[in-house]
Amino acid sequence: MKRLVPFPLLALALFAMWILLTGFSPGHVLLGALVALIVSRTMLSLRPEPPRVRIGWAMVRLAGLVLADIVRSNMAVAKIILSNPPDRHAGFIELPTDLRSPYALAVLALIITATPGSLWVQHDANRHVILIHVLDLVDETEWVTQIRERYERLLMEIFE
Amino acid sequence: MTSLLLALAITASQILLGLAMGCAAFRMLRGPRAQDRVLGLDTLYLTGMLLLLTYGIQTGRTLYFETALVIALLGFVGTVALGKFLMRGEVIE
Amino acid sequence: MMQAPDLPTWAAIIVGLLVLGGAALTLVGALGLIRLPGFYARVHATTLGATAGMAAILLGSMLCFSIIQTRPVVHEILIALFVTLTTPVTLILLARAAIYRDRSEKASRVSSDGGAEREE
Repeated sequence: MKRLVPFPLLALALFAMWILLTGFSPGHVLLGALVALIVSRTMLSLRPEPPRVRIGWAMVRLAGLVLADIVRSNMAVAKIILSNPPDRHAGFIELPTDLRSPYALAVLALIITATPGSLWVQHDANRHVILIHVLDLVDETEWVTQIRERYERLLMEIFE
Repeated sequence: MTSLLLALAITASQILLGLAMGCAAFRMLRGPRAQDRVLGLDTLYLTGMLLLLTYGIQTGRTLYFETALVIALLGFVGTVALGKFLMRGEVIE
Repeated sequence: MMQAPDLPTWAAIIVGLLVLGGAALTLVGALGLIRLPGFYARVHATTLGATAGMAAILLGSMLCFSIIQTRPVVHEILIALFVTLTTPVTLILLARAAIYRDRSEKASRVSSDGGAEREE
């Protein structure tokens, strides 16, 4: 089984995409399964590092947290754009991180950039420091502790 | 009556999205730096994609959905290529 | 071109509000492109239309097509997934290109480690 389908999640995602795009019929189920099997095998030549993902409640909690934060910061940034307060100042913050898994860092990059108001700029792999640009910077330490407590703990739980 | 209200809402949102495309185009044309122009282009194609989706709701055809998907795919590749060019194309201006 | 599909009243109101709200939020984000000073501030404005604006319009479209075709239509999820995955990638790449350009510009004037804070 492992040799036939080396990346079961990727194959399943490709199959789901095929069905969503073409519609459900026996012919397309067969064709989609074939495409998913063959195309997911092309990943073999890339030799990705096998991710260790722990599926559990932490994922659901992280998704809920991120959704709520996106809605909240959308409102905040919209208010900033419309009122344009003169005392607002943007700036860079440096976030020291304990995350080592590249998958966890990728997810954290997506989360930080997808919430309006904060932007992931750079990750220094030697010093383990992330450079983040914040639109409305009031207190640097508050941002650091917030990101560490809200996202990093859950990501550690899922990936490491 | 409700159909008229929905038609009004959709038309209004199309006007809003058109204005948003205008803002993005302004930033793309004015600059001042190359990365601002690329950012404007990125916003422009995203908003265009949303505009096509509202046309899909208006006419009730799924054809517009596929067009929006193609725009999202090609726009991503285009912006990534431009970003790479900004990094590598010129080392020091 | 004023036309709209025939939906039951409750669905028409929800679809109308979702589409209108998403469009308004996208417009606010695009306005930010004009109003905010400096490149790094403007990057945040794009995210507005790419997250909540897109999600609202796609939800409206999903609801509308599900009712017209009397079966759940979920292929809009593909666009949502794709945009949420790709927009951060492009924005991070752009920000890195910008910071690289700022640093190389600064390094040619004064040699410093480059905080790259420029608001114009």
